[in-house]
Amino acid sequence: MSCLRLAILLIVAFWSVPAAAQDVSELIRQLGESDPKPAIEALAKQDDPKAKAALEALAKGLLFRRLEDGAVVIGDPDGKMFAITNAETGDVEDMLEPDKIEVIALDAAAKGLLEQAGIGGAKAAVPLDFAGAVKGLNADSFDTKRTAIDQLTALGDGRAIPVLQALADGRLFSRKSDGLIVIGDPDGNRLRLTDASTLKVVGIGDAGDLDPVFINNNLRNVVSEAVGKLGLLSPDAGQRRRAADALIGNATPDAVGLLRKAFAEERNGDVRSAMALAIASAEVAAEDKGARLAAVDVLAGSTDLRVRSLLQARLAAETDPNVRAAVQIAFDSVQRKLQVIGWAANLFQGISLGSVLLLAAIGLAITFGVMGVINMAHGEMIMLGAYTTYVTQEVFRAFIPQAYFDLYLLCAVPAGFAVAALAGIALERGVIRFLYGRALETLLATWGISLILQQLVRTVFGAPNKEVSNPSWMTGGFDLVGGFTVTWNRLVIILFCFLVLGAIALILRRTSFGLHMRAVTQNRDMAAAMGIPTARIDAMTFGLGSGVAGMAGVALSQIGNVSPNLGQIYIVDSFLVVVFGGVGSLAGTLVGAMSLGIVNKLLEPVAGAVLGKVAILVAIILFIQRRPRGLFALKGRAADA
Amino acid sequence: MRERYPTYPLLSAVGWLGFAGVGVLLLLVPIANLFVPPGSALHMPDYLVPLIGKYCTYAMLALALDLIWGYAGILSLGHGAFFALGGYCMGMYLMRQIGARGVYGNAELPDFMVFLNWKELPWYWQGFDMFWFAAIMVVLVPGILAFVLGWLTFRSRVTGVYLSIITQAMTFALLLAFFRNDMGFGGNNGLTDFKEILGFNVQAPETRIGLYLASVIGLAATFLLCRWIVTSKLGRVCLAIRDAESRVRFLGYSATGAKLFVFTLSAVLAGIAGALYVPQVGIINPSEFSPANSIEVAIWVAVGGRGTLVGAVLGAFVVNWGKTWLTGAAPDAWLFVLGGLFVAVTLIFPKGIVGLAQQIRLRREAPRAVAKPAEGD
Repeated sequence: MSCLRLAILLIVAFWSVPAAAQDVSELIRQLGESDPKPAIEALAKQDDPKAKAALEALAKGLLFRRLEDGAVVIGDPDGKMFAITNAETGDVEDMLEPDKIEVIALDAAAKGLLEQAGIGGAKAAVPLDFAGAVKGLNADSFDTKRTAIDQLTALGDGRAIPVLQALADGRLFSRKSDGLIVIGDPDGNRLRLTDASTLKVVGIGDAGDLDPVFINNNLRNVVSEAVGKLGLLSPDAGQRRRAADALIGNATPDAVGLLRKAFAEERNGDVRSAMALAIASAEVAAEDKGARLAAVDVLAGSTDLRVRSLLQARLAAETDPNVRAAVQIAFDSVQRKLQVIGWAANLFQGISLGSVLLLAAIGLAITFGVMGVINMAHGEMIMLGAYTTYVTQEVFRAFIPQAYFDLYLLCAVPAGFAVAALAGIALERGVIRFLYGRALETLLATWGISLILQQLVRTVFGAPNKEVSNPSWMTGGFDLVGGFTVTWNRLVIILFCFLVLGAIALILRRTSFGLHMRAVTQNRDMAAAMGIPTARIDAMTFGLGSGVAGMAGVALSQIGNVSPNLGQIYIVDSFLVVVFGGVGSLAGTLVGAMSLGIVNKLLEPVAGAVLGKVAILVAIILFIQRRPRGLFALKGRAADA
Repeated sequence: MRERYPTYPLLSAVGWLGFAGVGVLLLLVPIANLFVPPGSALHMPDYLVPLIGKYCTYAMLALALDLIWGYAGILSLGHGAFFALGGYCMGMYLMRQIGARGVYGNAELPDFMVFLNWKELPWYWQGFDMFWFAAIMVVLVPGILAFVLGWLTFRSRVTGVYLSIITQAMTFALLLAFFRNDMGFGGNNGLTDFKEILGFNVQAPETRIGLYLASVIGLAATFLLCRWIVTSKLGRVCLAIRDAESRVRFLGYSATGAKLFVFTLSAVLAGIAGALYVPQVGIINPSEFSPANSIEVAIWVAVGGRGTLVGAVLGAFVVNWGKTWLTGAAPDAWLFVLGGLFVAVTLIFPKGIVGLAQQIRLRREAPRAVAKPAEGD
């Protein structure tokens, strides 16, 4: 049995390998080489979504070289991290800190090439006035919207603050009757409308008369930054604080002047310290020694990454021994604090990863752990759930008023469960039931099914990634301590995964279906003799396991893009979790998922992502030699089943 | 003693006839390419010659897998690795033949090493400028790897899925290793831009015909060798191991030795196939190590008919022809077909095309057999 499980564990590990390198992937890889121009030219001629995405990212400065393996990746800023999409394969891969990637720089000739190809050259065309920029916020593409936001920031017009704020809060609409961009403030059951370009109240309206102006997570970040810079003198304390924060380490002399003025008038303690930090970050390079010392003193209390690099740079540049010593002490103190925060952040990331793994693995714990079926198509069940979420979102956008849009996710959970469960039952009835007890055949057949499902989804929805937006109650996050942000979507997923785990435990322990399921697992013949319809229980068990995978897909759609090979990313780890935790034990699955998630995230900064994974794989193989039945082995008769 | 075992002829009279027929057919390909004028309906277009040559090397690989899976019950899901290793050995020879004609004009170092700023040739590239050395390595490298792997696993009686996985782990590990630039095998790009083989231009039509003939001869020799093994006493022992390994051990045969022999031989055959493959397609890169490739080989064998050598060859030709045709005609449909094949050969026709033919023949004879008891009623 242990051999079999080890075997399965390994076999599964190898599906995630990319298929044969293709021309486009090869060209994209060459973008990362010292001279990207030939590759740009060649890619511009390709009519391929990956080529387009890579070039667009390149034009925007979002194409990176991953330092660890040299792969060319697209990074979407997400908080302080980057969501990494492998440009060569189009797969969403990971979140990375900015220091793990380096941006692929362009010289003037390369930029010219990109503009020739019609990429990244559209910015200058839009008029530079406030009303025009406001109109641009309702453009069709997110790129144009971004340009409009940048223009609003560049105009430095204080009127932009409420408009951008409304955009970020989902209160910006375009009126259906005349296309006027308005801010809608709740007024009883209706909305009080303000013309966004003049900030004059234009009347009262219903949500049905208005089209919302959509933005995505990236734009939300851009907006908040813009609001910050505009907001140093805003009446709202939170806005002033964000504005000051944005200026740390990069305040221009006139910004410092502005900061000083604001600082003198500031009464709010939080805002004052943020401003003081921003001023100090500029002062630390001042002529006057006393001013430098004072600035270093202020900086020592910070836990900001920018402050650390600032101090490090200062350490190299400082000539005065006294100031140097002070800088050293300040640097050490910041470094120490950052380290602690880093560990805490890694821990949170690990728990978050663990909860995702747990969601992906609970279904597997049922189909593989309880039924002993090696289902290579389990990952595709996750993928089906994610696509169901996407479809639900589109249906809500099309037919349901905007006000209820946030509820789409609540509908997607049962929908994802139902779709995946039905697919699972069909798979069990159609294929797997003929192959019980023939592990190798099950493996080959379900691998075939997984190929078919992936291609099916690719045919129906197209190969490019689909974006599923977070409902507003899952966007953003809160700063726990400096530099350690807890995002709502991760937090919700952690809670959701424990809910699912609890529900499964209840079904197994407290319902007659659960009882039958356990009976069939422990002794099929005896259960049949007692009148339990074993074939139906098999189908339902498989449906339950697949359905839970579908719900995992719903959750995964909230933290990454949805793509046809989404399932392949998680299948490896979920098999690892089940084997490590002990087959057929929910507690084992929980502990397995959490420890794998946390160890993974703690190892990553030390050993790098790939090496860390290999280390974990080897460790688990060794562990299984010692404890062939996993951490939480079943005992007694049940173990022989 | 010898008479106690029934002896089997290498091939029956009909078998030899078929073998010769297929051989003549395959030899007609270059003739139809070179001597029939392009306008004629019988003319074989230039691109088809290396394509069929490629299928021949795939068929050799399928034979190698069938020898161990169909006859000894060892499902290796890493046979693509042996194939690729043979290919890399040949690729290294071809790389060294480029000499100073590379982009960087370095007589000693291949282009990618110059690009990586390497100063001298790594030790494991020494000797590959000589064809005989490369040819020996084509046999030795996959052979030794298979021997070591087989010795470790068969000795500890690792069988079934577990063994499949270990072989797959091996090919996966090699895939990762060969993807790395600092391994010195060209990383992601692999080895390509070949110029000459044994002094002949690899692009020239005559060289292509020569390579094609080598593949056909290789396939014929592999077929006869495998046939000779499965009809020998060793072949009988292998079949017995496949069906009841413990019983074979109790009877006093060395199951480990027999398995180790066929496994190593099979890996060598796969390596030779890979070496014939590389000059015809003009590139070898790490994607050949991808586990998905190896599992596809299992499908060729299963589609043709596992446990029959004709089936393995037939399956390799049919599936690959279908793949070439479909990926051109309807690229989206190929994965559906491949996926469907996986399900079909496990559920519907576990004995493949050859088995299907047998079933049809049996069914045709069946009414006669059934008719008699029906009369009795």
